[in-house]
Amino acid sequence: MKDGDTPSLSDMSRANRTPITHVENADLMPLPAPLDDRARERPWTPLSDQTQARYECILDDTCAVSVPRPATPEEETRLVKAFLSGLDKLFTRENNWTFLQPLLLSMEHCARCQTCADACHIFEASGRNELYRPTYRSEIMRRLYFKCVRRGGMLSAWQHGDIEVNWPLVARLIELSYRCNLCRRCAQTCPIGVDNGLIAHELRKVFSQEMGIAPREIHDSGSMVQLKVGSSTGMSPAVVKDNLQFIDEDTSERTGVTVETPWDVEGADVLLVHNAGEILAWPENIGAFALILNAAGISWTMSSDLVGYDSVNYGLWYDDAQFARVAIRHAEAAKKLNVHKIVLGECGHAHKALSVVADRVLSGALNIPRESSMTLLRAIVMSGRLKLDPARNDFPVTLHDPCNMVRLMGVVEPQREIVRAICPRFREMAPHGVDNYCCGGGSGFAIMSGHNFADWRFQVSGRKKLDQVLNAFADCLAPSTPKYLCAPCSNCKGQFRDMLTYYGLWESNRILYGGLVELIVNAMVDVRPGYIEWEWH
Amino acid sequence: MTIVLYLVLCLSVVVFAAATVVRAVEYARAPLHLRWELYPVPHEAPERAAHGGSHFEQSDWWTRPVHASRWGQLKAMVAEVLFLKALREFNLQLWWRSFPFHFGLYLLIATAALVLGTAVATLFVPGALAGWIGGLARGLYRVTGIAGLMLMLVGAAGLLHRRLTDPSLRICTTPGDIFNLAVFLIALAVLGAGYAFRPIGSPGVLTIVIGFLSWDTGVRVPGVLAAGLLLSALVAAYIPFTHMSHFVGKYFTYHAVRWDDAANRRGGTIEKAMAEYLTYRPTWAAPHVAADGVRTWADVVTTTPPDKARR
Repeated sequence: MKDGDTPSLSDMSRANRTPITHVENADLMPLPAPLDDRARERPWTPLSDQTQARYECILDDTCAVSVPRPATPEEETRLVKAFLSGLDKLFTRENNWTFLQPLLLSMEHCARCQTCADACHIFEASGRNELYRPTYRSEIMRRLYFKCVRRGGMLSAWQHGDIEVNWPLVARLIELSYRCNLCRRCAQTCPIGVDNGLIAHELRKVFSQEMGIAPREIHDSGSMVQLKVGSSTGMSPAVVKDNLQFIDEDTSERTGVTVETPWDVEGADVLLVHNAGEILAWPENIGAFALILNAAGISWTMSSDLVGYDSVNYGLWYDDAQFARVAIRHAEAAKKLNVHKIVLGECGHAHKALSVVADRVLSGALNIPRESSMTLLRAIVMSGRLKLDPARNDFPVTLHDPCNMVRLMGVVEPQREIVRAICPRFREMAPHGVDNYCCGGGSGFAIMSGHNFADWRFQVSGRKKLDQVLNAFADCLAPSTPKYLCAPCSNCKGQFRDMLTYYGLWESNRILYGGLVELIVNAMVDVRPGYIEWEWH
Repeated sequence: MTIVLYLVLCLSVVVFAAATVVRAVEYARAPLHLRWELYPVPHEAPERAAHGGSHFEQSDWWTRPVHASRWGQLKAMVAEVLFLKALREFNLQLWWRSFPFHFGLYLLIATAALVLGTAVATLFVPGALAGWIGGLARGLYRVTGIAGLMLMLVGAAGLLHRRLTDPSLRICTTPGDIFNLAVFLIALAVLGAGYAFRPIGSPGVLTIVIGFLSWDTGVRVPGVLAAGLLLSALVAAYIPFTHMSHFVGKYFTYHAVRWDDAANRRGGTIEKAMAEYLTYRPTWAAPHVAADGVRTWADVVTTTPPDKARR
C-alpha cells in the first residue's frame, strides 16, 4: 500500500470501479524463519479481466462472494433498495429476535477507542491496513443504522457520522463482510463489550436472507446441498455408509484391530456426528474415532438419516434460517435413535453451532444433550481404558485452539490434558487457549478458494497463525525432525493443509498437521505402531 | 438567576434519569437472543474460570449442578467497573487517560451523594451534623470533589488530545466525538474555576444544595460557579443520548451477552420464550428463506428450502 492509499470510510461509496485498497507483500506482517526472506514471498495471483468484468471486485485485491455486476442502473437501484429493506428488518424483533439485543448494543455503544484493532489477526497481518481494521466495517454499519434505520437527520450525522448510500457501497460491503473470520477475538478485548464479529455476521445475514447473496461454497454448495442430499460433501446416506465401510476395513488393516462402525443403533449412549469432510479428506480421523470408542467399550452409533451424519452447519456463518434448519435435522436424527447424547467429532464450528448457538432453538424432545468429543476422549484416556505409550508420540507437537471450540464455547483443557498425557514433547503456542488466534480459515474461508481468494486466505487471514506455528517449532525447524500440528477441527485442518502446502512447509520443514484422535491411536500399544504416517495428505 | 439554575438542575436530573431508563428498558425488553457467550466467563467454577473454561468441559455436563460463582463475577465486575481492567490489559495508553476520567467521575458522583446527604441531614435532622461527624462529612466531600474534578479534567484533556492527534482514531472520529469530550472539558473547567475562585463569603456547594432542596431562591450563586453547574447539568442530561451512556450498554453486553451461558432446560423459562418467538412471522425476502409474512419461524425452519431458491 502506497502512502495516500489509506482507505477512508467515504471511499466505500466511491463511484469508480476500482478497488479502494491494494496490499503489497511488502506491507504484510513479517514472518519468522524459514519464511523471513521477503524476496522469496509468493506474488498474488491477480484477478483475471474476465472476473473483474463479470463480478463486483471493487474492494481490494480479491473476490470472495462473486456478486455479478448489475446490468443496468435500475438493477443497481433495486439492489440498494433490497439492502436497505434488509437492514430495516435486521432491527425488528419479528425478523431478527435471534440477535437483536446484542446487535443494538454493538450499534449504540462503540466508543471508537480502537482497542479491538490490536486483537485482530487480519488487521495486524495486513500491515495494519485500515480497510481490515475491525471497526472499519462496523463503523459503516453503524452509520447506516443511524442514517437509514433510525432515520437520523443532520444532527445524527454530526454525532454518528454520515455515509453515502449507493450500489458501490453495498457491493463493497458484501465483500467486506467476508474479510472477517468471526473469531471474536476483538470482542474479547472491547472494554464495553461491542462485538465487531457479530456485526459482520449480521451483515452477512442481510445479504443472504434478504438479497439471496452468499458465497457459493457455503450456500449453494454448502447448506443447500446438505439439506437436500444430507451432506455438504454431496454424500448421500448410501454413499457415506459405503465410505465408512471402506474406512473401517482400511483402519483394521493398518492397525491390526478390527474396526466396525455401528449404524443407526437405537438407544445407544452416544450418537457420534462427524464433519463429513473428514470422511473424504481425513479418513484416518474417522477410523481413529471408531477404534477408540470400540476399544473403550462406548455404546455408540452413527446415523444414516439425512443430515444426521454431517455435523457441519454453515448457516452459523451467514443465515439464521439455514442454521436452524440444519440444527433441527441434527437433533431429529438423535431423537429418532433415542440416544442419550450427541457427541460432536473434531469440528469446531459444529461444536459451537449445535452446543451453544442452537441451544435455545432446540426445545422439548429435541433438546438432546450435546457434548464435545474432547471431554469424552479425555474421560477415555484418563480412565486408563486404553493402554497408551507416550513414547510412540516422541516428536514435537503443538496444539491449535479452534476459536469456536475454545473462545466461543469454553472447551479449553480437555484436549490439553490428553496431549500433555500422551505427547512428551508438547509445546504451547503463544498465546493460546481463549486468547488464541484464528487459523485464518474461520467463518467459511477454509472452504472458499474462488478466484484468488486463497492468496488472501494464506497471505493475510492465516498469516498470524502461521507465525505462531513457526514460533512454536522454532527450536526444531530442521526437516530431520518431523513435527505435528494438532488441530482438532476440520475447517482448521483444511486451512492448515492448504496453507502449509502454499508455503511448502511439509517439504522444507516436515510440519505435518492432523487431529487429536490420530495422536491417541498412535500411542495405543494394542495397535500396530505408526498410525500417523509421516506423509503429506 | 438562581431559579434558572435550580430549574436546569431539576430538569437535567429528570432528563438523565428518564432517558437512561428508556434506554435500559429498550434493551431489557429485547427478545432473549441465541447464545453468544464469550470466554472466559467469570461466574464459572473457579477451576474452570481460571483458564476460561466452561461447563462444557465436564462429561455429561447437563447432569452436574449448575455452578454460578457470584464471588467470581463480583470480582470481575469490580475490577472492570472501578479500574477498567479490560482497557488496562488491552490498551494501556488509553487507560492512562480513561481511568482518571472515569474514576474522577465516580468520585464526583460520591461527592454529590455526600453533599446531598449532608444537606438533607442539615435540613431535616437539626444538630445531626454538629461536631466531628459534620466536619468529617464536609472534609470528605471536599477531598472527593476536588480529587474527582482534577482527575476528570486530566482525563478529559488526555482523551481529547488523543482523539485529536492519534492517527489510528482519525478514520472513525466524528465531530460529535470531539464535541462530547470538549464539552466535558469546558464544563469541568468552568465548574472547577467557579469553585476555586468564588468570592470569599459567597455560598459554597453545601449552601447551594441546601438552597436547592429548600427552593431558597435567595441564595446568590457566584456567576462562574453557576455557569459551571449549569453546563455540568446540561452535559449530564446530554449523556444518555450518546454512546457515552455505555454504563447502561455495558451492563447488558456483559451480563446478557458475554456472560450469558444459561442453558436451555426442558420446561424452563428459556423454552417458554422461544416458543413465543417461533410464532413470529418473518418477512425476509430471499427465496430460500421462504418467509412470506404468514409462515412463522417454526414453519420456516422445519421445512426444506425450495429447489430454485437463489438470486
